Amino acid sequence: MDVLSSVLQFGTLALILALLHRPLGDYMAHIYTSTKDLRVERGFYRLIGVDARTEQTWQSYLRSVLWFSAVGLLLLYLLQRAQAILPFALGLPAVPEGLSFNTAASFVANTNWQSYSPELTMGYTVQAAGLAVQNFVSAAVGLAVAVALVRGFARSRTGTLGNFWVDLTRGTLRLLLPMAVVAGVVLMVGGVIQNLNGFTEVTTLSGATQTIPGGPVASQEAIKNLGTNGGGFFNVNAAHPFENPTAWTSLFQVVLMLMIPFSLPRTFGRMVGDKRQGYAILSVMSFFYVASLTILTLLERAGAGTAPQLAGGAMEGKEVRFGVFGSTLFGTSSTLTSTGAVNSMHDSYTAVGGMMPMLNMMLGEIAPGGVGAGLYGILILAIIAVFVAGLLVGRTPEYLGKKIGPTQIKLASLYILVMPTLVLVGTALSFAIPGIRDDVESTSIWNPGNHGLSEVLYAFTSAANNNGSAFAGLTANTPWFNTALGVVILLGRFLPMAFVLALAGSLAAQDTVPATSGTLPTHRPLFVGLLIGVTVIVTALTFFPVLALGPLAEGLL
Amino acid sequence: MSAPRSSLRTAGVAVRAMLVLTVVLGIGYPLALLGAGQLALPAQANGSVVSVDGEPVGSALIGQSFADADGNPLPKWFQPRPSAAGDGYDGGASSGSNLGPENADLIAAIEERRAQVAEFDGVDPDEVPVDAVTASGSGLDPHISPVYALLQVDRVAQERGLAPDDVRALVESAIEAPDAGYLGDSRVNVLRLNVALQELDG
Repeated sequence: MDVLSSVLQFGTLALILALLHRPLGDYMAHIYTSTKDLRVERGFYRLIGVDARTEQTWQSYLRSVLWFSAVGLLLLYLLQRAQAILPFALGLPAVPEGLSFNTAASFVANTNWQSYSPELTMGYTVQAAGLAVQNFVSAAVGLAVAVALVRGFARSRTGTLGNFWVDLTRGTLRLLLPMAVVAGVVLMVGGVIQNLNGFTEVTTLSGATQTIPGGPVASQEAIKNLGTNGGGFFNVNAAHPFENPTAWTSLFQVVLMLMIPFSLPRTFGRMVGDKRQGYAILSVMSFFYVASLTILTLLERAGAGTAPQLAGGAMEGKEVRFGVFGSTLFGTSSTLTSTGAVNSMHDSYTAVGGMMPMLNMMLGEIAPGGVGAGLYGILILAIIAVFVAGLLVGRTPEYLGKKIGPTQIKLASLYILVMPTLVLVGTALSFAIPGIRDDVESTSIWNPGNHGLSEVLYAFTSAANNNGSAFAGLTANTPWFNTALGVVILLGRFLPMAFVLALAGSLAAQDTVPATSGTLPTHRPLFVGLLIGVTVIVTALTFFPVLALGPLAEGLL
Repeated sequence: MSAPRSSLRTAGVAVRAMLVLTVVLGIGYPLALLGAGQLALPAQANGSVVSVDGEPVGSALIGQSFADADGNPLPKWFQPRPSAAGDGYDGGASSGSNLGPENADLIAAIEERRAQVAEFDGVDPDEVPVDAVTASGSGLDPHISPVYALLQVDRVAQERGLAPDDVRALVESAIEAPDAGYLGDSRVNVLRLNVALQELDG
């Protein structure tokens, strides 16, 4: 019965995503290629002072991305620092400096790592007018960069990649906002709250008192999933019944997380004029998704480890209404995208089960990845894969009619190196610097032993990949973690974006070469297999040693 | 155009864009949903409040504790799962335990809970189900498994002087099937069950 219902749930999800893939993918291709502006958009462009018909070079596009994000960072920081004088602050004081920086960096970079407990720290104005705004626009920025890369492949002999402000506006107004409105209403039907009630006290049935929280939750919940952001309105995120009241709302939220990333390969295929290329990418994404979900589900069902064995199952940190499969489905979807929302506590997963969310992120979040970020991430790996294939047969590699030369490989390599460097250096420094090590061990780590290393490793993996989920036992609201994770989040977001845009610029400038009999077809199963292999090798070789010290040691010893 | 001037221009565009988008997405959007929720779905939007005789006693979605001031479970009520939110079911401080699978504190807590539930409900320790000895992710889980609810029938019936069969029938009618028949697990909402129990008891 359990197995059957799990298969049916997965089947439902797969069917919904399959039905959405085409129309949504085509719609996004339309948004990003249309030459017509809506009237409201024309007004917006006039207001902010841009000419929508101006094309930008990659440098100019990048400069716009960085300025827009820097302004967002500053505004969000100031909003938190000014909390005491904002309306609907619930009497909460200004957010401290270090935490404000960490949170601002985290939300601007589509990460939504939360070093704080929201119900004790953030009033409604900061949540709705600060955090949720970044949930929209950071997602739209990710989409814009992905689209710019696709344009790099699709165009030839041009110096330009489109206009960032147009891409930002269309992604926000034509895609995310209307979908978020619909999703928010659906979530409210399921019981997600949307009010400004603050905390109310009730006398419970047995005569005690209980605090019931309020808040504009549905509006935030909708976009946090749709934009693969993941920041919870409450401390326990989507495990909170007011964020995620029942099993169907949980499945619905999984759909929200996955619908855009899984439809983007279609958009990509449309924009490069060969839908089969999109299906090849989609196959790789789906392979990792199904494999990871299956492994985690089997591990959590088996419930290995002393505590789960003693309890009779791995239900510590899981909700009855979701059960094991509802939890593993959500956890897998959240960490294979850049969402990082949780409906169960990953810190309490079985030892090897808890490694799976980490591995999902360590793959570089490409199956299907965050909105936009997943697509450009997997296209970078595709470039590495054609390069490897080119080495094997001794030919200059090509992808989608573009020669993959030294410039492209250098940029792709730099992209690949950023994330593991940030994860491993950040984790290592946490234990290598004497004063910090003491603080990490005495203040931050919650579970002793190997599991404690896993908590720190998870934190840096989550930050560098802009995921935002956590082994939440870790107390991260310390000077070290607020600073280190904040910096890692920013570098993990914007360095790769810079490399992607530079790569896009170099591709757009090239001529498109016709395919010959010597060209490796990149839409066939052979290439799909090659890309899967390259992805696994890049990941496993990098992270196997540290995983052996953390979750593998805990689970196998 | 020189690079610094062009950067300055871009910064101006960024500031204006950010401000306009904050108004639209940060004020307009949540208020639109607030209006929709308060007008069309007021019960849900305000937290699915459960009332008895017109007085709110909690939310159908938020679990609550049925314990005395010292945290000892009250035998005449059905008991929820263990909770790591504050002192237990603190709606202002949602939290899981975040204890790992080999954590000595968790192992000790599970042993203690199993012994406590077995004694409290007068059953064999092997019969105590997993949800009775583990804390939920939110600390506010409103549900328990049907097995755990049925396990508590005899104790509750005895404490209230009710026929065990009547209380068992009450529990069975309170078992909620998985959503759409296959999403999630079967479950019992503890607050709703206890409200029904109080009505049965008169």
